[in-house]
Amino acid sequence: MDIDRDTLQQLYYYLKLTRHLEERVTSLYRQGKVVGGVWTSNGTEAVSVGFAYALEKDDITAPYFRDMGAFLVRGITPRRIMAQYFGKKTGVSGGKEGNVHIGDINFGVCGFPSHLADNYPVAAGAALAFKIRGEKRIAAACTGDGGTSRGDFHEALNLASVLKLPVVFFCNNNQYAYSMPHQKQMAIKDVAERALAYGMASEIVDGNDVVAVYSVAKKAYEKARAGHVPTFIECKTMRMHGHSEHDAAKYVPRELLEEWKKKDPIQRMEKYLIENNMASDEEMKEIDKRVQDVIEDAEKFAENSPYPDGKEAIEGLYATPIRKGVKEL
Amino acid sequence: MKEITYVEAIQQALWEEMERDDSVFILGEDIGAYGGAFKVTEGMQEKFGELRILDTPLSESGFTGAAIGASLVGMRPVVEMQFADFISCAFDQIVNVAAKNFYRWKAKTPIVIRAPYGGNIHGGAFHSQCPEGWFFHTPGLKIVAPAFPSDAKGLLKAAIRDDDPVIYFEHKYLYRRIKEEVPEDDYIVPIGEARVVKEGSDISLVTYGAMVHTALDASKKLEEGGISLEVVDLRTLLPLDKETVFDSVKKTNKVIVLYEATRTGGVGAEIAALISQEVFEYLDGPILRISAPDTPVPFSPPMEEYYLPQVADVVEAAEKLVAY
Repeated sequence: MDIDRDTLQQLYYYLKLTRHLEERVTSLYRQGKVVGGVWTSNGTEAVSVGFAYALEKDDITAPYFRDMGAFLVRGITPRRIMAQYFGKKTGVSGGKEGNVHIGDINFGVCGFPSHLADNYPVAAGAALAFKIRGEKRIAAACTGDGGTSRGDFHEALNLASVLKLPVVFFCNNNQYAYSMPHQKQMAIKDVAERALAYGMASEIVDGNDVVAVYSVAKKAYEKARAGHVPTFIECKTMRMHGHSEHDAAKYVPRELLEEWKKKDPIQRMEKYLIENNMASDEEMKEIDKRVQDVIEDAEKFAENSPYPDGKEAIEGLYATPIRKGVKEL
Repeated sequence: MKEITYVEAIQQALWEEMERDDSVFILGEDIGAYGGAFKVTEGMQEKFGELRILDTPLSESGFTGAAIGASLVGMRPVVEMQFADFISCAFDQIVNVAAKNFYRWKAKTPIVIRAPYGGNIHGGAFHSQCPEGWFFHTPGLKIVAPAFPSDAKGLLKAAIRDDDPVIYFEHKYLYRRIKEEVPEDDYIVPIGEARVVKEGSDISLVTYGAMVHTALDASKKLEEGGISLEVVDLRTLLPLDKETVFDSVKKTNKVIVLYEATRTGGVGAEIAALISQEVFEYLDGPILRISAPDTPVPFSPPMEEYYLPQVADVVEAAEKLVAY
């Protein structure tokens, strides 16, 4: 697949933005400035950046919690994301939700529920709506390897396959479901084997290669758009931090981390851009600066934003308010 | 106005809403050519096609989640649970995804889940349950439970047009047993409004679903003995119309709460708590609860009869309360 210079540089920008934004959040977390916990996509950023960047503007995505790249690519600003980490009123959810529980339908992003793979059927449903209405839109969902053991994962794959829905399912196979290694989660070698049982085409892709993820996603989207064919795509990668930032992940063998460190998706993309003459030194520096500026700005914005009023907690439960004198709560 | 059954009222609402609005579609098990386990969607697939009357595999969580996803991008799906008992398989999608979408990220989730529920049909433990209590505890959901054909029609149409997730509990014992004149036009019953279905002066009986008819039968018996029962049909369980309940309590000063679900932690418990907290000074006796006992629904007819609240139970409780 021929990918133009601008697209490649944008992929690189979002990889870096994702990595550095999450690193900044982690450091703010250690300073006690972030409310609650922090979960990052460290080491796996190419998955979410790749599949999200391949989407069209009107498509829908239903990401999971290691998909910061997808939130950013879809246009949810670092300001709103940072403010969400701070529990501020200006955050994506106005303070009602925290950290990676991000959703904004105006950007085609379905909110992430903690119950992993819950968004798989939701994405299938959005795809169903597109099919019913004869629209050329598609949906893309993602979950981790751990989520693929849940019923909702299997129900969604079966449903999408039987109903022939324009949806593409991604698995960020980062080899650990919290503390559980792959072989304790499933008795198969590749997660992609699961798709076989539902008669769904699947692909296995190097999840640390953003160009590969982007290309495979793009092809699958074309198939979905043209012929209502769903695809399952397993992106093999490695979670380089703990499950969360309060998890030291001593259960992960150091050698495994050492081995994957060499495959870092960002260094890899840097090398690719330079070797293929797709970015000059100046352009690389420019991208780095943009990333730093955006993050600094987001942090300031979050720090200076107000908290919501306590009483906002009982507002906005229903979209259609009750007519009679019955109070909402 | 034409006299139609409870199930015909549901059908009327579905046909009218499907014809009125292209974004309405129905999905569930065996609802297409077969017409559904209770024949509610009979003939609809021929008229509306296979995509709008969508047969799904056995996957309540999957198709409820899919309904949620479709609703997020502008559709108004109606999910048919074959039996309310199977709604447990979709519990997570309902209480964690649908119920919380608007609060968490301002996304409207206009889905309706139709749940044929209730006993008295010798269906046993998995085809007779009243699972409304499980969802009554979940903020963000709306729950309705009509007792009459007109409410069945009007509430279903209101539910489909509502921008929040609504669980529509349709009592399957009532399907073909209750008839009533129902407005043929675009008839809407607003969600969140209870109704006094029989005025009385001695005792307020607060109830919903099939138990409304048990209460009405009991009120006729009690009338013979000079006891006047006021029957309040909640119609909407969540959010509760406290005002109509309180107004009735203020008038009669005595309350019986009647419900078919199991006793502990149910809708009746909440009503009793609300009354004692907010209109205690009007009470002239204890709030009595009549419900099913805290067991699964038994199968054998004598056991099911014992299990379900009966007219005699209401009469006995009312006589006791009046004498208090």
